[in-house]
Amino acid sequence: MSVLVFTENWDGKFKKLSFELVSYASKLAEMLNTSAIAMSIGTVADDELQKLGKYGAAKIIRATGEGMNILDNQTWVNSISDIAEKEKATVIVLSNNIMGKALAPRLSVRMKAGLGAGVSGLPKSTEPFVVYKKVFSGNAFADVLIRSEKKILTLSQNSFQLLEKPEVPEIMNVSVSLEAGAVKTQVKDVQKQTGKILLTDAEVVVSGGRGMKSPDNWGPLLELAELLGAATACSRPVSDEGWRPHEEHTGQTGKIIAPNLYFAFGISGATQHLAGVSSSKFIVAINSDKDAPIFEAAQYGIVGDAIKILPKLIEAVKEIKGK
Amino acid sequence: MRILVCLSNVPDTTTKVKFIDNLTKLDTGGIQWVINPWDELSLTRALELKDDAAHNIQQVTIAHVGLAGSEPTIRKALAIGADDAIRVNADPRDAYFVAAQLAEVIKINPYDIILCGIESSDYNGSTVGGMLAEFLGIPSVSSVSFLNIENGQVLIHREIDGGKEILTLPTPFVAIVQKGITKEPRIAAMRGIMMARTKPMKVTEPVATGPLTEVLKYELPKPHAACKFFDPEHPKQLVEMLQNEAKVI
Ligand SMILES: Cc1cc2nc3c(=O)[nH]c(=O)nc-3n(C[C@H](O)[C@H](O)[C@H](O)COP(=O)(O)OP(=O)(O)OC[C@H]3O[C@@H](n4cnc5c(N)ncnc54)[C@H](O)[C@@H]3O)c2cc1C
Ligand SMILES: Nc1ncnc2c1ncn2[C@@H]1O[C@H](COP(=O)(O)O)[C@@H](O)[C@H]1O
Repeated sequence: MSVLVFTENWDGKFKKLSFELVSYASKLAEMLNTSAIAMSIGTVADDELQKLGKYGAAKIIRATGEGMNILDNQTWVNSISDIAEKEKATVIVLSNNIMGKALAPRLSVRMKAGLGAGVSGLPKSTEPFVVYKKVFSGNAFADVLIRSEKKILTLSQNSFQLLEKPEVPEIMNVSVSLEAGAVKTQVKDVQKQTGKILLTDAEVVVSGGRGMKSPDNWGPLLELAELLGAATACSRPVSDEGWRPHEEHTGQTGKIIAPNLYFAFGISGATQHLAGVSSSKFIVAINSDKDAPIFEAAQYGIVGDAIKILPKLIEAVKEIKGK
Repeated sequence: MRILVCLSNVPDTTTKVKFIDNLTKLDTGGIQWVINPWDELSLTRALELKDDAAHNIQQVTIAHVGLAGSEPTIRKALAIGADDAIRVNADPRDAYFVAAQLAEVIKINPYDIILCGIESSDYNGSTVGGMLAEFLGIPSVSSVSFLNIENGQVLIHREIDGGKEILTLPTPFVAIVQKGITKEPRIAAMRGIMMARTKPMKVTEPVATGPLTEVLKYELPKPHAACKFFDPEHPKQLVEMLQNEAKVI
């Protein structure tokens, strides 16, 4: 028996997300009296892999092979389920991000393993196996029983803190050989923005809504984000109007994020918007309407004109951060 | 070419959900049911593709797993422009169960492109599409923000962290669609509403397969402490709070 955790690497490097996953898996392994085994697909250097040991991975599996450099859901699921089989994994943990959403459902059917999608903490109990998750776009939560013997969990991003538990894991190499024509997905081109803090990675997010009045008013918002090392976001109408790029749109129909701190400037706080940001640890709302629904979701607020408050806020941050 | 749009029937996000029977069941009274927003968009995209005769798409079908109560939502999809619909007459107990039922439908009557939404706004699983593809043993592409047919070949944009991949793959496949797939959902015109009444809606019975998961109990979000307000003239106090108490900057 073991807990297998699928860690994602970006061009051979891990991010905090991967360490969160390993921390989670090793805590879960403790609950089940077993150990956590981490796996990674693609070329990752030994010293990078060893970083997973710091968070409790007792063993690390590196799967490489020609054709495995692009995400083909079927071939990747073959590889993960082979490894899970060999390691007698009873629980497999993935992130509830783009990658996890692509792989976990297929894996669930392949292994006839019930899927707890988007869990935000450790299981409430392991016998019976009950997990806790958000439902109805954050309007409720549920205890979900997983009945099957094998289980798959996808962990919501930024919902589990890093826990150090140093191990000196052995690294095992698995080479995947694919039959000709096995890879169905043919990637023609990749377009990537570089140098920007990704919305889904960011711990602080500075977001603006229609109350910002015009795209010309975004300068101070970007400056505040820069000062805080934050990513920028916006409400749907703002991206629909073309004031801000589409990747920044958060909410039910945009990105779902869970930063430590979310600033909402001139955002009314419609349910569909909150569906994407309500898991933030702290929400700060700046809105001219004291009755705006965003204040019901926020811990901290200022009633007033966002455009006038922003420069003062920037000054205060500079002062306190000693910049 | 034939396109299948998998449709989930969900409470409108703005409905305040309530639970009954000791928080074990959704209180369906007063709920406004709608087509899951993603499915509305994938249906729209399917119809846009069909509108272009060059793509030679003969049929856009709706598939739904649900009891008779979801028929108004299915009729709405027919009114928007789908040609026909298949409803598997069963309570959609979990994603595994739903995907298994949809797979049966497709095994009997295959489709070239199968569209699912990235998530349904009720159980937020993001799971049915991938499961369905695995049941059928066909490729799946998740996070699809663009889908077109060019020179007989399917062209897809897949979102990745901070960018996108442009890819192709052979039919049949399941595409799991998200933002970008089309701009605005198509709405039903009067003519469409009239025509929908006579469009075929086939009802089939479910195959036996157990769900793997089960909701034991719901919980409503805990009301959190009231918002703490700061003076607009002196936002420094807010910044100090964020640094010293919340410790988030
Ligand atoms: C199916 C569906 C899905 C949707 N998905 C999303 C989604 O994913 N994300 C999303 O964001 N929306 C989504 N929406 C839209 C959502 O319902 C709201 O319309 C939208 O979030 C409102 O955006 P807003 O708050 O920027 O604008 P508004 O509602 O116009 O609010 C502007 C706010 O700014 C305040 N304001 C005005 N001037 C100032 C000022 N000078 N200083 C400070 N405050 C000021 C106002 O008091 C107001 O509260 C969806 C809608 C539907 C039907
Ligand atoms: N009961 C259902 N019947 C048909 N399709 C469904 C059903 N439930 C979910 N789907 C499809 O699966 C997608 C994702 O749903 P989910 O996995 O529940 O988040 C939806 O957008 C639909 O395309």
